[in-house]
Amino acid sequence: MNTRRRTFLKAGIAAAAGLGGSAFGVRAGGSFTGGMVGVDSALGHRFRDGGFPEPTSSEATEILVVGGGISGLAAARELDRLGLRDWKLLELEPEAGGNAASGRNAVSEFPWGAHYVPLPGHDTPEVTGLFEELGIIVRRDARGLPVYREEFLCHDPQERLFVDGRWQEGLVPQFGIGAAERSAIAAFLARMEELRGARGNDGKPAFAVPVDRSSRDPALLALDRETFAAWLTREGFTSTALRWYADYCCRDDFGAGMDRVSAWAGLHYFASRRGEAANAPGHSVVTWPSGNGWLAGRLREGAGGRCSGRAAVFRVVPADGGVEAWVWHADRGASVRHRAKAVVLAVPQFVAARMIGPEEAAGPRAGGVYAPWMVANLTLRSMPLGRGAPPAWDNVMRDSRSLGYVVATHQSLHPVPRATVLTYYQPLDEIPPAEARRAAAERGWESWCAQILADLRPAHPGIADLVERIDVRVWGHGMACPVPGWIWDGRRERLARPHGRVHFAHSDLGGMSLFEEALVQGTRAARDVAAQLAGKAGA
Amino acid sequence: MTDRPTRLLLLSSVFVIATCGLVYELVAGTLASYLLGDSVMQFSTVIGVYLSAMGVGSWLSGFVVRGEARLFVRVQFLVGVVGGCSAALLFLLFAHAASFRVLLYGLILLVGILVGLEIPLLLRILKDRLEFKDLVARVFTFDYIGALLASLLFPLVLVPHLGLVRSSFLFGILNVAVGLLTLRVLGDGGRWSASMRGVGILLLALLGAGFAASGKIMAWSEQSTFSDPVIFARSSPYQRIVLTRAAGDLRLHLNGNLQFSSRDEYRYHEALVHPGLARFPRARDVLVLGGGDGLAVREILRHDNIRHVVLVDLDPEMTRLFRSQELLVKLNAGSLDSPKVTVVNADAFSWLAAATNQFDFAVVDFPDPSNFSLGKLYTTAFYERLGRVLAPGAACVIQSTSPMVARRAFWCVDQTLRASGFVTEPYHVYVPSFGEWGYVLASREPIPDHLRLPPGLRFLDADTCASMFRFPPDMDRVPTEPNRLNNQSLVRYFEEEWSKVTTTP
Repeated sequence: MNTRRRTFLKAGIAAAAGLGGSAFGVRAGGSFTGGMVGVDSALGHRFRDGGFPEPTSSEATEILVVGGGISGLAAARELDRLGLRDWKLLELEPEAGGNAASGRNAVSEFPWGAHYVPLPGHDTPEVTGLFEELGIIVRRDARGLPVYREEFLCHDPQERLFVDGRWQEGLVPQFGIGAAERSAIAAFLARMEELRGARGNDGKPAFAVPVDRSSRDPALLALDRETFAAWLTREGFTSTALRWYADYCCRDDFGAGMDRVSAWAGLHYFASRRGEAANAPGHSVVTWPSGNGWLAGRLREGAGGRCSGRAAVFRVVPADGGVEAWVWHADRGASVRHRAKAVVLAVPQFVAARMIGPEEAAGPRAGGVYAPWMVANLTLRSMPLGRGAPPAWDNVMRDSRSLGYVVATHQSLHPVPRATVLTYYQPLDEIPPAEARRAAAERGWESWCAQILADLRPAHPGIADLVERIDVRVWGHGMACPVPGWIWDGRRERLARPHGRVHFAHSDLGGMSLFEEALVQGTRAARDVAAQLAGKAGA
Repeated sequence: MTDRPTRLLLLSSVFVIATCGLVYELVAGTLASYLLGDSVMQFSTVIGVYLSAMGVGSWLSGFVVRGEARLFVRVQFLVGVVGGCSAALLFLLFAHAASFRVLLYGLILLVGILVGLEIPLLLRILKDRLEFKDLVARVFTFDYIGALLASLLFPLVLVPHLGLVRSSFLFGILNVAVGLLTLRVLGDGGRWSASMRGVGILLLALLGAGFAASGKIMAWSEQSTFSDPVIFARSSPYQRIVLTRAAGDLRLHLNGNLQFSSRDEYRYHEALVHPGLARFPRARDVLVLGGGDGLAVREILRHDNIRHVVLVDLDPEMTRLFRSQELLVKLNAGSLDSPKVTVVNADAFSWLAAATNQFDFAVVDFPDPSNFSLGKLYTTAFYERLGRVLAPGAACVIQSTSPMVARRAFWCVDQTLRASGFVTEPYHVYVPSFGEWGYVLASREPIPDHLRLPPGLRFLDADTCASMFRFPPDMDRVPTEPNRLNNQSLVRYFEEEWSKVTTTP
């Protein structure tokens, strides 16, 4: 973690925000600490711009996994399960985890990215299998329904929305809207419920997780050619409150609003989950104080000492019937030639392209749209007060460009609420991604803090006095964004095919950044590798 | 006798100091009975000590050879400060003083001696201005009338309208004012008089500030939020602990919610413990979760077969208080210091996760599920953890709010235990200060019927016990959702039902 620690007076924030002292109720001596956190940007830029030295030594394992996000960790786990234990996992960051990264301080663990998994349905035995292995599913009841470990199910109350000066329970707007709006929302939700059960002409579910298990019915795939906003308009869903909700959901899951993601992706959000449980409604989610960091942690434990952090793979080429990867080990200050019989590239496609070669770097693999995000963790002396419904797990503000915050201590079993950590999310989607990345890279910690506190102040007037620490992380390429065409124009499916002994595994290949997608992609890649090494026909 | 105004002033000061003297005595007596209970005993000893201290004061006046006027002024100032601050001091120090009685009687002695000095000194100051028979007649007339006034003012005006703390500051101010007046009338105008006047004005300012801040002192001790006098108030990191006392009724409030009244807590605690525990004559190890007041433990220790009790309460301040304060120790019969009892300060959820011992019986006496954090202590997840520390065939009892006021909340606790694999025996009892109150007895296996109640109970007998398990139609079972971490149905039932009644438990 590259944390710059510093302290400054709240007056400093106010000045930085250009809001003047009065906006913050400046209090002499009130201060908090924190800094920018995240990937070693020097290492990242060096990877992008080249300039790593040629390898001076050699290593070899049977298999090499490049990338320690969920897909890489899942591939590694599956290799072990298939009896292929001679592998090595290389990760650019100090610790594997990817978008499921998390942190901890004296108050709580907290997520830096993905923070929950919806209950899996029949489509994803990979997920139920992992959940049984990790004790998230403890047993099955007489009807065969999974019984979840209660502590891991998201505790009640789950969501609240700040609208018109009050917190209301639930995210679907309820108060201060007319009967027409309410019935439009009800009609939309009923339509989504219908689509959840719908099947295409090939008998497969219309929308499934992972994406590849969805129907190929051309009538459904056509939805990938227009935006979700256009579809809503075409279908007569014009209610302002409903469109806010639909837009919020798209930004929450894809880092881009309904006018940028495809209708197929937008509908997938609402109509692809068919989870079930004996002790929870099907639409529940599992979560932990560290978010999906808990899952990443369990997968890391399984990997044992076979993961290396701060390792930049900068070239992957075929060699002697296998593959050779050139790896810069930042901690050793040296490059290593790593030979393997097969490689799993569990990295975003634009990164994979740079590793494989210049012709790929300009090809379709580099064509994805990646949404930049800002995530901040605010450590507070106590839960901030607000009018209306009590604190929930997910707290969203209607008139904010942020997605609101998730309470890391929500899953705590302590009977008296005390200090807490809030994880604040904001997709940087107001300007095109490349511009947003440049602007975010230049922005200082003070400026982020000022913006975050100003955004939270209407809902929590006293919050500035409670803050002890704010850490901010910018994800330049947070997630692949399912813009029209990205999922079903055929390109995505071609990218998933192996290059000789180089296999690809990343949630990108499913078109959306989901834990389940990453797990399935990683598991599939490991099985393909095993089949190839066993001399059977490949994938 | 030329200085008639002087004489009149001095005589009226007798009236004032007599009133003040009796007010301090009444303040001390009232406070002692609030704080220590047993008002007959407290008033009797306070009056006895006070009167004898006055005797000591009068006797000491015999050693004063000259400078009566100067000493009288000093005594007025001292009485004003010590007497004026006495109520505030006693309130504030009750919780901190190692031995409250030493402090209380120390203050009474000091004020009594000083007040005892006043009249003899005044008699000697006036002896040249009046004939002896007139002097004695008038001084004692003013003295006794002052006492009458005080004894009427105190219950009718001072306690109801000003309160103890403010009243004592007010009379402190009057004492200092008499001192200043005396200084003006008898002073020589020299440096001593000037400096004493400065001291007097300073003291007036001090007592005036105390009088003005009485509201804050009262608010701090939450006197305004409780109908009965607050005798102890403290915030621990976990909760606000307030003890009130009126007419021998000691009440504990946590975060403003009544936990017990000493008048009828025996009903609550006998009903909490014995209907279950008395059916396990071979039980040895008992677990108590919550219940840091030690009252449930007191009942458990009535069973000779019990060898060891583990009490797990979140708040060390609670268990400390109920181990150290005389009144409270008397109430729980010193149960927390019994060699059979181990007190652990931890949150029950984490403690259960780490616990390795097994218990033959468990008493769960948590605050009502009035918010989402507390609601977690009543979930299937919690009862599954609790089940893991129960020995085979062991039982537990859960305090489960009022089946009358919060009928669905009560049956929700029962339903939650059933959903966690327990067989349940819900029951209820009438506790005057709470109303109808409910408990759920639960075990993995059917509980043996044979009941062997311990001796010395005030409320329970076999017939009463049997009747508690019958629910009349207006409290009978209603269908509810089991309370889980991911639905918190209990908190929702509880909020909805309790919000319909104005007073909360």
